[in-house]
Amino acid sequence: MSTPVTSSPILKVTSASKRFAGVRALEDVSIELHAGSVHALVGENGAGKSTLIKLITGVYHLDSGSVQLRGEDVAFDSPRSAQRAGIATIYQEVHLAPQLSVARNFFLGREPTRLGSLDLKRMNREAGEALKRYGIAADVKRPLGELGLGIQQMVAIARAVESDAGVVIMDEPTSSLEPREVDLLLELVAQLKAKDVAIVYVSHKLDEVFRACDTITVLRDGKLVSTGPTKELTRRQLISRMLGRDAAELEKDGRTKLAGHKSTIEGEPLLRAEHLNRRLILEDVSVVVRPGEVVGLAGLLGSGRSETAKAIFGALPLDSGEIEVGGKALTHQTPASRIRERVAMLPEDRKAEGIIPDMSIRDNIGLAALPQLTKAGLVSRKRVDDIVRTFMTRLRIKAAGPNQKVSELSGGNQQKVLLARLLCLNPRVLLLDEPTRGIDVGAKAEVQALVAELAEKGMAVVLISSELEEVVEGSDAVVVLRDGAQLGRLVGDDISEDKIMDLIADAASERIEAEK
Amino acid sequence: MTTLAANLRDRTAVAAWTREHGVYLALVLLIVYNAIATPNFVTVDTVQLLFSQVPPVIIVSLGMALVIGTGGVDLSVGSIMAIASAVLAKFVVGGTPIGVAMLAAVAAGLLVGVFNGLVVAFARVQPIVATLGVLVAGRGIALVITGGALVELFVPFFKTIRLGKFLGIPYVMIVAALLAVAVAFLVRRTAFGYRLLAIGGNRRASVLAGLPVRRTLVVVYAISGTLAAVAGVIATARLRASDPSYIGLLMELSAITAVVVGGTSLNGGRVRILGTVTGAILLQLLESTLVSHNAPDSVARMVEAVIIIAAVYVQRPSRSSR
Amino acid sequence: MTAPVTKRQKTVAVAADHGGREAARARARALTSLISRNGAVAVLILVVVLGALLVPTFGRPDNLRNVALAASFIGIIAAGMTFVIICGGIDLSVGSTYALATIISAMYAPRGSFIAVLYALLAAGLVGLIQGLIIARWRLPAFIVTLAGLTGVRGLVYYITNEGNDHPRIEGRLVFEALGTGSLASIGTPVWIMLVVFAIGWWALNRTPFGQSVQAVGGNQGAAELMGLPVKRTQTIVYVVSGLCAGLSGILTTALSGGGQEARIGDAYELSAIAAVVIGGTLLSGGVGSMVGTLAGVLLLFVIQNLIVQGANLNSYVQQVVSGAFLLVVVILQAVLSRRTGTSET
Repeated sequence: MSTPVTSSPILKVTSASKRFAGVRALEDVSIELHAGSVHALVGENGAGKSTLIKLITGVYHLDSGSVQLRGEDVAFDSPRSAQRAGIATIYQEVHLAPQLSVARNFFLGREPTRLGSLDLKRMNREAGEALKRYGIAADVKRPLGELGLGIQQMVAIARAVESDAGVVIMDEPTSSLEPREVDLLLELVAQLKAKDVAIVYVSHKLDEVFRACDTITVLRDGKLVSTGPTKELTRRQLISRMLGRDAAELEKDGRTKLAGHKSTIEGEPLLRAEHLNRRLILEDVSVVVRPGEVVGLAGLLGSGRSETAKAIFGALPLDSGEIEVGGKALTHQTPASRIRERVAMLPEDRKAEGIIPDMSIRDNIGLAALPQLTKAGLVSRKRVDDIVRTFMTRLRIKAAGPNQKVSELSGGNQQKVLLARLLCLNPRVLLLDEPTRGIDVGAKAEVQALVAELAEKGMAVVLISSELEEVVEGSDAVVVLRDGAQLGRLVGDDISEDKIMDLIADAASERIEAEK
Repeated sequence: MTTLAANLRDRTAVAAWTREHGVYLALVLLIVYNAIATPNFVTVDTVQLLFSQVPPVIIVSLGMALVIGTGGVDLSVGSIMAIASAVLAKFVVGGTPIGVAMLAAVAAGLLVGVFNGLVVAFARVQPIVATLGVLVAGRGIALVITGGALVELFVPFFKTIRLGKFLGIPYVMIVAALLAVAVAFLVRRTAFGYRLLAIGGNRRASVLAGLPVRRTLVVVYAISGTLAAVAGVIATARLRASDPSYIGLLMELSAITAVVVGGTSLNGGRVRILGTVTGAILLQLLESTLVSHNAPDSVARMVEAVIIIAAVYVQRPSRSSR
Repeated sequence: MTAPVTKRQKTVAVAADHGGREAARARARALTSLISRNGAVAVLILVVVLGALLVPTFGRPDNLRNVALAASFIGIIAAGMTFVIICGGIDLSVGSTYALATIISAMYAPRGSFIAVLYALLAAGLVGLIQGLIIARWRLPAFIVTLAGLTGVRGLVYYITNEGNDHPRIEGRLVFEALGTGSLASIGTPVWIMLVVFAIGWWALNRTPFGQSVQAVGGNQGAAELMGLPVKRTQTIVYVVSGLCAGLSGILTTALSGGGQEARIGDAYELSAIAAVVIGGTLLSGGVGSMVGTLAGVLLLFVIQNLIVQGANLNSYVQQVVSGAFLLVVVILQAVLSRRTGTSET
């Protein structure tokens, strides 16, 4: 099956350490990759998996430690040189060029040429054959961007796999994939293994890890927790190592703190968003939330969860739909109108849509509440200071002071700054898009506790998270989306990861039936 | 290991300081150089001359700084100066009192600015292209208004603008200084300034935070247009004529240079008014230094090019996470 | 977890995504670009046909030839500019580089055609190389760097012409002058050269690895870097290309006119070049663009100017107003169009 681990490693990382602005992202981590072996890298968000990968592939430079490829010391200064040395990487986001055809993307960076000119015939032919081999049927001449995210990811994977690499690193490769595509991917991994390629599989999907990987390395808070064969580890042991909590503790404490307040849900819906329609983006999606209720939106990447939240928040134009907050109908699709009605949204991409990087914490927090903090056009310094001080303490935002630039904070603290901004508005409806993504375990727990507290106080919450577990354990009701359409709404005991995945998978097979 | 880290920290601290205060240091150095190497530099005459030449650039740069602060750029300021000048000439020749004529000229600048703002904010056209169109069309409009010819203007008030002084400081410089103070106040203490910086820092986040982004942008470009018109009036007074094919030519380049050299970030979100004013004075002084040392105009331009590059190089964001 | 599925079902399942929302959205995006690009061509044809019908003097062959000839100089510059813009940058220095090449080729004419052309191209290429390196390696904003280039190179041009007092002329006849003055099928050689430049540009953009790189880097620089593309090299090369195109155009100008140009020649040429590229459907944000579109854009600009002069007999100032207004109308339409098809970000 797998190559005996006694052979010398293809890639060896020794005592790697990396700091970012005083935060230790990785400390003294060592790992060995062997040919023909699938090595899993697991850990919570912020554990250091991404950093380790980026150090290996030349995106970051090591502060200390060394990397050896086939016994020789290497220090890649760019992803390009790492690729040249035979290390191919597949990222969670598709980094190909959507405007170019599938075939062109397939050969991006390694195009076959005839007399300097692209050999398009050969490119189209070989790309078509390769994709067919991997079970992907796509017209290689069409622009990549026209295909679904899942296929785009498969093309990216196929490209990396075909590049004759000795090491293939997969960083959360299945987040955009449907169950059937996941099967395809894992078959691909098996094929690579047979070709003696060393594979690194970074994933938080433990099912896949146990299914496909030979070795598991666990990271936590930038440090190495353990490395060992998969068969010597149970799921529970793995989880407890990842979280640093006792296995028994986990049993008892099983649910994340978002749940547990069901008793306080009652009354008329605080938020009613029904029959939301936007051509090509949303199709008849409805979300209804009562005070104290947490409604989760579940679905794969690209299923329209963020778009639904944005539509509710007025940040996405709608072709049709009704939105009511506290019984009052909202007709203007603008965020400002929502904020006036005390509806607040935490955007998915805090870097692109949330923080103002060069501004201070103070100014970032006060941003949305500006009308309340201004008198005759002038900003009242005192009012801003008061409010900022209150929230920095309450949310335990760790910083050098309110005037520190937000860009210098850790992800978790940045998220808290954004939450403070929302809370300044004293909202009654909260739309949270990936509130715990990319933040360390400690901050994560704090954020989850805060949300639970707010729901308990009667706030209506819409929760989006790509960690299905978080949605399942934290929601009173779950709306399942796929491709912008609503598949169903699960309540109470019906809520489970399996049921959600089944709904998504069934919808896919229905489409096949229809197309036959 | 520790010394390396310490050196790095020092280097980044030095880099950060240069980024913030480099322009002031450069000005001081230039003044010192001139004091030593240029005859008759440290005289009242020199300062007065400088202060009567630099105001138009300062005033236009103030508006430019605001626009750049939102992450945009206004290439049309030179053409707006020309339009204001042409409108002024038209009204003066038509017999209107000078006060009204000047107001009309400034109003014209305001209108063009509003147009720029509408195209950028509502039609969602990129600022560089939108103001490029106005740059081309605008100068044409100015030429059409005056019929293409240079119009000589004999207005007594112009003499006051040109030569009037208060406590030895030319009126125009006082106007420029007051405007600078007003703009600085606008940026730092008002809600409008807060919004401006937020939009420049992250426009999308500002929309999601409920800020009136489009309205703010229109106002920003309107201010830029108005200030450009004021500069156009001053330039016309200086010239005692309205020459639409010459007034404001290449002004956008000077303004952008002054703004960038002064520490305002091209990406938006950071505005340095004092730096902008210093940058404008620095560039003007640089030109006169070269002139008084008989360096030809061509050399001045090449030196200016090097300075722009040096200024942005110094202001590079520190290489994060590598 | 999931029921076992046969291989066939798996294949079909993956293909089924072709009907998805993401796919349709991307189709809309492609449509917008297509409309923009072919829009310029369509409008060009429309304007030429209408113009020939309404303004008799416009449609005359020798007039059309003149328009093409006049357009070829900016056209060649715009071809180079297209690369820069698709790659996500911008080059404001082309007008000055153009002037540099004009003057240098005239200055070195006494040393023979080969030297004159070579030195001019070298100078222009060097200007592009320096700017490209600064932008790619020091990661300074292209707008500012090429703005400095615009100022600095213009200064250099004045410097070598004795503050603009010299107007080097070509004495006697030289071989390379034929490039400017010659004609083929009674169409001036510069026009043919422009067409060749666009053809080569099209090939380089669409049929070479370099072209792929340009589009990928312009579309998403960070992603291109992660995919292992030679980002810095690509960025540097496009500025060299832009410089060389400006240089070629300058050489042709000297060839045509025999020298004697003023030092301020080429003033504001960069604006026309950018306008042509934008009108042709290339997005200023990068990643998407077309040589055909730029060619149509250049011709459109000159055709409209010519129509105004011929037809309306208005002075050149109105011409300017119309050019500017035209550019504005086009970009506003493009912006509105992309919003309508739901392809722009809200």
